[in-house]
Amino acid sequence: MENQLRDYILMMADNVMILGQRLGEWCGHGPVLEQDIAITNIALDLIGEARNYYQYLGETEGKKEDEYPMKRDVRAFKNILLTEVPNGHWGDTIMRQCMFDCYHYYLLEGMTTSKNERLAAIAKKSIKEATYHLAFSGEWVIRLGDGTEESHQKMQQSLDDLMPYFNEMFIPESYEIWCHEQNIAPSSEVVRSSANEKFNAILTQATLQMPEKYYSKKGGKSGLHTENLGFILADMQYLQRSYPGVDW
Amino acid sequence: MENVNSFEERFQQKIDNEEKIEARDWMPEAYRKTLIRQISQHAHSEIVGMLPEGNFITRAPSLKRKLALLAKVQDEAGHGLYLYSATETLGISRDELIDQLHSGKAKYSSIFNYPTLTWSDIGAIGWLVDGAAIMNQVALCRTSYGPYARAMVRICKEESFHQRQGYDILLTMCNGTAEQKEMVQDSVNRWWWPSLMMFGPSDSDSPHSAQSLKWKVKRLSNDELRQRFVDMTVPQAEILGITLPDPLLKYNESRGHYDFGEIDWEEFRQVVSGNGPCNKERLQARVKAHEEGNWVREAASAYAEKMKSKSLASVA
Repeated sequence: MENQLRDYILMMADNVMILGQRLGEWCGHGPVLEQDIAITNIALDLIGEARNYYQYLGETEGKKEDEYPMKRDVRAFKNILLTEVPNGHWGDTIMRQCMFDCYHYYLLEGMTTSKNERLAAIAKKSIKEATYHLAFSGEWVIRLGDGTEESHQKMQQSLDDLMPYFNEMFIPESYEIWCHEQNIAPSSEVVRSSANEKFNAILTQATLQMPEKYYSKKGGKSGLHTENLGFILADMQYLQRSYPGVDW
Repeated sequence: MENVNSFEERFQQKIDNEEKIEARDWMPEAYRKTLIRQISQHAHSEIVGMLPEGNFITRAPSLKRKLALLAKVQDEAGHGLYLYSATETLGISRDELIDQLHSGKAKYSSIFNYPTLTWSDIGAIGWLVDGAAIMNQVALCRTSYGPYARAMVRICKEESFHQRQGYDILLTMCNGTAEQKEMVQDSVNRWWWPSLMMFGPSDSDSPHSAQSLKWKVKRLSNDELRQRFVDMTVPQAEILGITLPDPLLKYNESRGHYDFGEIDWEEFRQVVSGNGPCNKERLQARVKAHEEGNWVREAASAYAEKMKSKSLASVA
């Protein structure tokens, strides 16, 4: 497998792995029982999708799926920074989710016609789930943005806080450009345009204003993360690291 | 004119004939109260029970185990929902029930006031705690109140799956390294006695038992269920190759059952009355989730109201 393809698969996998891990923190602590169940569903879908990518890599490289999430350190992870931002309150989580879902949905849509059949198959399966995720997070952004004065203010703050992480999703790394040239991955520009349009439509309905100025952060896709990721991995990898080489 | 006695007689006759009591049927106030207490206690147990296992979601040792645990804890939320709905058929709202939990008026199963310290605790909870719960719940599938019985049928199917999952965690570990097996033994040492306490006080000391049995809200006594659990569990412990922490545990040929030692009832009373290892933490976590969700619930109702008036306006 070419290094660029490998990096691309890791990015796809790590995105959903780390976000799924974050969402798992909500389980048992949601604002309403029904929403607790819904957010856990999304976590299940995302980690399930991550397994599909890790298994693909594992089959190619003769490794077990768990080697990838459990045995790599921070600098080897390629997830976007947005996925590692702490959950915050329910509105922060929903805003982060909506941003990610806009990106994830259109990325998967483009990947359904990938020349790489394995990736196309994963995308076809996952896009059904991503459709539901986007509907769910979009509805919640609208409901909270256009709910009460308090919820509106909270959501505006969530948007302001998270916008610096939005653009990284569409700034391609060299391996993404390579994968696009090989017809393995969609163009980042196409994903950006569709995702932006969708996200802006949701914000309008939610009566939220895009902040006038913000600074875009990046680095996750090439392994330059926020300090958050080290703690996520410390949690996630603790048993595998404490008792190396055993089955669970 | 019929008097209350004849209502009560017909009610008891229905129960004696194994007919289900439904929400619209006449029922004695005490029956209604008993059911509200029991079903809501059960619902609260599902919800509080999400916490000790939820602790390990981020730390599960493999992706397969992480997904299974997430799905399991999510099932418990689902069980809580069915059971709150079943309680609502008795004329009390979910909000009132949740207030009763948060104020400490309503109880939940004391087992969830014990901490989960190691990964094998997740296996032990599945095997022993869910195992004990199933003993209770299988009997409750035939309980006299229809909505409760039907909720239990659904719940039992999922619970037995959880129990197998828990046992599988332990079996995998017992087939692993000495360190893993030691971890399992330690978990079982800590969870065995609290699991036996889950069946409640001895029959001689159980305040609600006799009436509940007459009403067929309960079908088997606490001690009968506890004995069944012990009988079922001992052979499973042998397959794991671990020792249950009771020197008096021994098969009694003449009874055809396992004899077992005396439960530490003082510990049971302490945990029930709020002095267990995690009582405060569990309740605080629930209250915190609820309070931090206030603005979310308010916004959701405000938005729903707005949408309703918009659609009314468009119709007019």
